[in-house]
Amino acid sequence: MKSTPSADPQSTPLDARSLYLRRLVVRGLEGGNRGHVGASMSLIEILRVLYDDILRFRPDEPDWPQRDRCILSKGHGCLALYAILADKGYFDLAHFDEFCHVNGILGGHPERGKVPGVEASTGALGHGLAIGTGMALAARIQDRDSRVYVVMGDGEINEGSVWEAALSAGKHRLSNLTAIVDYNKIQSAGPTADIQDLEPLVDKWQSFGFAAVDVDGHDVDALRSLLTRTPLADDRPTAIICHTIKGKGIPIAEGDPTWHHRARFSPEILTDMYSAVGGKE
Amino acid sequence: MRKACIKMVHELARTDPRIVFIGSDLSPGLLDEMKQEMPKRHFMEGVLEQQAIGMAAGMAMDGLMPFVNTIATFITRRCYEQVALDLCLHDLPVRLIANGGGVVYAPLGPTHLAVEDFAIMRALPNMTVTAVADAEEMQRLMRATLDWLHPIYIRLGKGGDPIVSDADKGFEIGKGIVMRPVAGHGHPLLIACGVMTGRALAAAEILARRGIEAEVIHIHTLKPLDADLIVARAEVAGSVFTIEEHTLIGGLGSAVLDALIERTGHVQPLFRKLGLPDKFAANYGSQDQLLELSGLQPEQIAETVAETAASPAAAGIR
Repeated sequence: MKSTPSADPQSTPLDARSLYLRRLVVRGLEGGNRGHVGASMSLIEILRVLYDDILRFRPDEPDWPQRDRCILSKGHGCLALYAILADKGYFDLAHFDEFCHVNGILGGHPERGKVPGVEASTGALGHGLAIGTGMALAARIQDRDSRVYVVMGDGEINEGSVWEAALSAGKHRLSNLTAIVDYNKIQSAGPTADIQDLEPLVDKWQSFGFAAVDVDGHDVDALRSLLTRTPLADDRPTAIICHTIKGKGIPIAEGDPTWHHRARFSPEILTDMYSAVGGKE
Repeated sequence: MRKACIKMVHELARTDPRIVFIGSDLSPGLLDEMKQEMPKRHFMEGVLEQQAIGMAAGMAMDGLMPFVNTIATFITRRCYEQVALDLCLHDLPVRLIANGGGVVYAPLGPTHLAVEDFAIMRALPNMTVTAVADAEEMQRLMRATLDWLHPIYIRLGKGGDPIVSDADKGFEIGKGIVMRPVAGHGHPLLIACGVMTGRALAAAEILARRGIEAEVIHIHTLKPLDADLIVARAEVAGSVFTIEEHTLIGGLGSAVLDALIERTGHVQPLFRKLGLPDKFAANYGSQDQLLELSGLQPEQIAETVAETAASPAAAGIR
């Protein structure tokens, strides 16, 4: 079955909270004068719903053993993760102004131990799902009911290590593990359909032993409704393919592979980005 | 050595709930007893090394201590990025048990020879690199791993290697052991690791019969290296020889050279690195035969040491 959006993510409207989180991302882009624009913007609603409605965590006790784990395996989308973590109180918003600075804590890829709330240092692609299987198995060994969510990019899942991890998750029937793919259809070099076609993507995950479905990754209600039901099966892992728009919310970036990563923003571009997301705070 | 190591995983797991075993696609029935006794902590994952390392990292992030076991070439090269980032960047207590380090798998050809494992593992921050001499020392290493909360590379020998280690000399990760001390100054110093320590000791016996007393130091931990011991003993030696079942690039010899240069600003005028050439093996045969082709058997080591000690350069130094 070819994965097709149930709704058009392009036209999915963004509410005030989604715009606010995007403003934080733009603040980070301005602070670092660089960043993965497209890859962060496509992620916002996925992470927002996870942290607002699904995950159990304690910002004042990041190592709380019973917490749910969320690994951003596509580490280059870190600005979206930083936005939601800061919003939840893991660290001060002022850190966005030092994104990628020599002594800043917020780097171009997220680091465990440096950024409170970050579960694993990622950036090299194809690592998160394997780590997630280990965490899911650790929960089983330690009789914890923690759940593990791993958010991957579509280009990322070109990596063979992702499918090694999927094999393993299927074998162990890790019902406490949910794999989420931010399927924005554009990887660094161009459209995924041209560079390395992933279809039929839902079928692939199902064939690896996952309960797999797809959803509009910008539709907050649909995401909430679906993620609230995770795990989708009690005898196997879950995979959720989120149809998204690369650069969602920034019209000049939307759907444009050249906005995967940008540096040296002109004042006009910064103004454009801020105005698209409701203006600078 | 391998049997002792694997058996110790089970033994230690009985009293330490952190311990988990993750094998790739190993011998049928490996650690079956452990599997029956603690099924949640025994994993045979198949031929997916990247997954095995990432999974071990995830477990270690949540307080477990996984021992991952597969063939040395595959646990190092195949999943190098996972070892570097998942284990070393996070500085996690995962143990890599590497079957057949060096040229143990000689009959299987160059795809299965781990002759650069020390070099590539040493290059990673936070990684501890070990190569014990025999099965008894392996038991001491395994016990010591419980208190060493960093990634550890454990090179295994062929198995059945003669016992040359001595419990009375103690064991501490990162500390070298003087196996055959020589008093005074000007003697040859042989520094070896892994199963080459046994061959170095045998070479020293041959040299003794020829009237040359050679000191032997065993370096079971290549990283962190016991630079204090090496520098102190090299300073009183007349010549220094490093002996390893590893390419001459980046292994024990390179580590010792670096330590001497960093600590003293010089190396002994007579310094020879004995090891394997910078080539893929062209031969099959046995471990012993490949070592012989590279001059690494005791008679050959003794001859190299004796020749070097009698060389014009040595005479000039005297």
